[in-house]
Amino acid sequence: MATEILMPALSPTMEEGTLAKWLVKEGDTVKSGDIMAEIETDKATMEFEAVDEGIIGKILIEEGTEGVKVNTAIAVLVEEGEDVPEDAGKTEAATSDDEEKDEKSEDGDEEETTSAPDEQEVKAARAAAPDGPDPKAAAAPEPDWPEDTEIRQQTVREALRDAMAEEMRRDDSVFLMGEEVAEYEGAYKITQGMLDEFGAKRVVDTPITEHGFAGVGVGAAFGGLRPIVEFMTWNFAMQAIDQIINSAAKTLYMSGGQMGCPIVFRGPNGAAARVAAQHSQDYAAWYAQVPGLRVVMPYSASDYKGLMKTAIRDPNPVVFLENEILYGRSFDVPVMEDFTVPFGKARIWREGADVTIVSFGIGMSYAMEAAEKLSENGIEAEVIDLRTLRPLDYDTVIASVMKTNRCVTVEEGWPVASIGNHLSAHIMTHAFDYLDAPVLNVTGKDVPMPYAANLERLALISTDEVIEAVRQVTYR
Amino acid sequence: MAAKKPTKKPNVSADELKGFYRDMLLIRRFEEKAGQLYGMGLIGGFCHLYIGQEAVVVGLEATAKEGDQRITTYRDHGHMLACGMDPKGVMAELTGREGGYSKGKGGSMHMFSKEKEFYGGHGIVGANVPLGAGLAFVNNYRDNDHVCFTYFGDGAANQGQVYETFNMAALWDLPVIFVIENNKYAMGTSQTRSTSSKDIHTRGEAFGIPGETVDGMDVIAVRDAGQKAVEHARAGKGPYILEVMTYRYRGHSMSDPAKYRTREEVQKVREKSDAIEHVRELLLSGKHATEEDLKAIDKETKEIINEAADFARESPEPAIEELWTDIYATETPQNA
Ligand SMILES: Cc1ncc(C[n+]2csc(CCOP(=O)(O)OP(=O)(O)O)c2C)c(N)n1
Ligand SMILES: [Mg+2]
Repeated sequence: MATEILMPALSPTMEEGTLAKWLVKEGDTVKSGDIMAEIETDKATMEFEAVDEGIIGKILIEEGTEGVKVNTAIAVLVEEGEDVPEDAGKTEAATSDDEEKDEKSEDGDEEETTSAPDEQEVKAARAAAPDGPDPKAAAAPEPDWPEDTEIRQQTVREALRDAMAEEMRRDDSVFLMGEEVAEYEGAYKITQGMLDEFGAKRVVDTPITEHGFAGVGVGAAFGGLRPIVEFMTWNFAMQAIDQIINSAAKTLYMSGGQMGCPIVFRGPNGAAARVAAQHSQDYAAWYAQVPGLRVVMPYSASDYKGLMKTAIRDPNPVVFLENEILYGRSFDVPVMEDFTVPFGKARIWREGADVTIVSFGIGMSYAMEAAEKLSENGIEAEVIDLRTLRPLDYDTVIASVMKTNRCVTVEEGWPVASIGNHLSAHIMTHAFDYLDAPVLNVTGKDVPMPYAANLERLALISTDEVIEAVRQVTYR
Repeated sequence: MAAKKPTKKPNVSADELKGFYRDMLLIRRFEEKAGQLYGMGLIGGFCHLYIGQEAVVVGLEATAKEGDQRITTYRDHGHMLACGMDPKGVMAELTGREGGYSKGKGGSMHMFSKEKEFYGGHGIVGANVPLGAGLAFVNNYRDNDHVCFTYFGDGAANQGQVYETFNMAALWDLPVIFVIENNKYAMGTSQTRSTSSKDIHTRGEAFGIPGETVDGMDVIAVRDAGQKAVEHARAGKGPYILEVMTYRYRGHSMSDPAKYRTREEVQKVREKSDAIEHVRELLLSGKHATEEDLKAIDKETKEIINEAADFARESPEPAIEELWTDIYATETPQNA
């Protein structure tokens, strides 16, 4: 029986690709495991292997064809002596056997992703995390750069790399270590080109030994270097949390101020898509609880850049919480000799008089989308991006709440002892008389992250939940 | 990699050999199908295939007896099939459906079967190693002669908790077989770039744990080494280390373009050392099976896999109430 060979998805996020090269021709016999073609995804060229045995009856898509949708028939496999059926190649992407795909593209996060290997981006499957507004349209009332500065679009990924590279050029005591950071250029391709520029002395591949290399980093910081320690994801930093807290955060105090620890621990934090409970945790509230640590969780590319530069220069241990889904997203970044963003200063992304929405990191994309939708219905939200959780810019939040009299917090982490809980208490203490409604916290659900697509969608926050919370506090 | 295949007649019956062939082929076809379903968007997240390494788990399972435990990493599909878990339930977990072993809540990396003494399926590199020793601790505590097979990779072998575990396992004579599946790479890092010593099996010496390397492309060699290790552990002599030299044909996970090794390197292993081909040749040359017999096994295997794939697609998504179940063993209401 003839079978169609379909264009495969070769990464969790791929929707279409280029059929770069056929390695078989019509009439060739293939068996499972044979490499049939090379297919280019947006970031990498991958080999496509045969699953079934048979003869290549017909090649339907010529090599060199770009934009071939996943699940389009690209060739027909026949058995010995069989003809290629007339209707071969009638399969088109969306008509093939998975409704799920359709569902995904509707959820429609078009943002690009890397070729990262495993620990990888996954996100087409991700229902939540809207792209946020057009970054240009999102006029920031308080940009961190002078008005006439030249602006360019950069991804969070590029901004992070530029920040690290600029600081490494500026200060030769800065070095980078972590799993797959050098030769592989980062599991999420954050450190592209860094080994080439700085060499193996300053861009160091470590074995899979988080507790060990975090400790080595802390020791190097005690000794006067400025390490940047990449965790492939923060989930794996749980192996190392003792060094981060007991050694890095507490030593300055315990040594009576003699010995500080200028180190940056960084990596993606929070949920990606469909990677389940052990790979999806948000650590914002955990680390924000620890005196002695700085905790940074940016949203936009300019903040990733400016805050990373500040983090590397800071004399304290910094926990820098990134987000895999944001890595591929583009934002305005100023073209400046030395652009930094200070710790402890929130950014107001949108002004409004009806309600204050406070968020940070990926939560901002829900907050911003909710604000746009609410605006269509006449509710003007003020949206504050905390950017750093320690120090936390209480003043900006309180000033806004005094103006709007209502507040909703948005974060992806768990509800109990969340950043939102902390802010609610602070607002209650410092602006009690100004509140016209209780502060509501929109958070991830109080469950380990499930794998199943439908349950994962429910476990994460959604724009609708933010809108609903705003309706409750505005009684509309 | 696989050394020259032994020329002396292997000590194995025709039935056993056919069983090995069947079991390894089941894993390979399962994994190929999983790769295909991933390509169609039916499986999400991370999916780490076991293709190339089939002889390791099939050889070792041949030495296990009822009541023995096993625990492994995220590269776990082969282990589950080899210990007799139902391909339907495994595949349906990969698609995140109700009919999966974890009702769709765990996914590829986190699956379990109490019934088959399969304790997962763990996503954190190195973390399953002390867990394996803990399972072995139970065997001593209960005074039975069961052993726990604890599988991990060459990359995992650098985690500190592995050595903490070696110490305790040796100190308390825990009946645990540490199976290091050395497929030469930890993601994009070759063993030579991550590991100070060439051999991993000698790393138990400091603790007094015997260890040896095994040709992991030869299922009979794996079984033989396994038998020795199992006898040692069952006899109350404590842990044993097997460093099984193997190779993964595919990328680390589905989205790894695998630029850190050449296509020739992969092709060479496939052509020269493939474990399934090896058994196939033994079956044919020893006249234990005809081409027809093997074709029949291939066909049966394909049918099992196709049924599993159909089941995995048709099984419904978990009910949304499942979001809130299984967080606690009792029905205590959540506080938020
Ligand atoms: C503690 C921890 N660190 C990093 C990772 C990311 N990671 C997943 S698999 C892997 C490579 C492991 O290689 P190895 O132990 O050789 O096993 P293999 O994948 O080859 O089977 C890494 C770094 C992780 N899951 N857990
Ligand atoms: Mg390995």
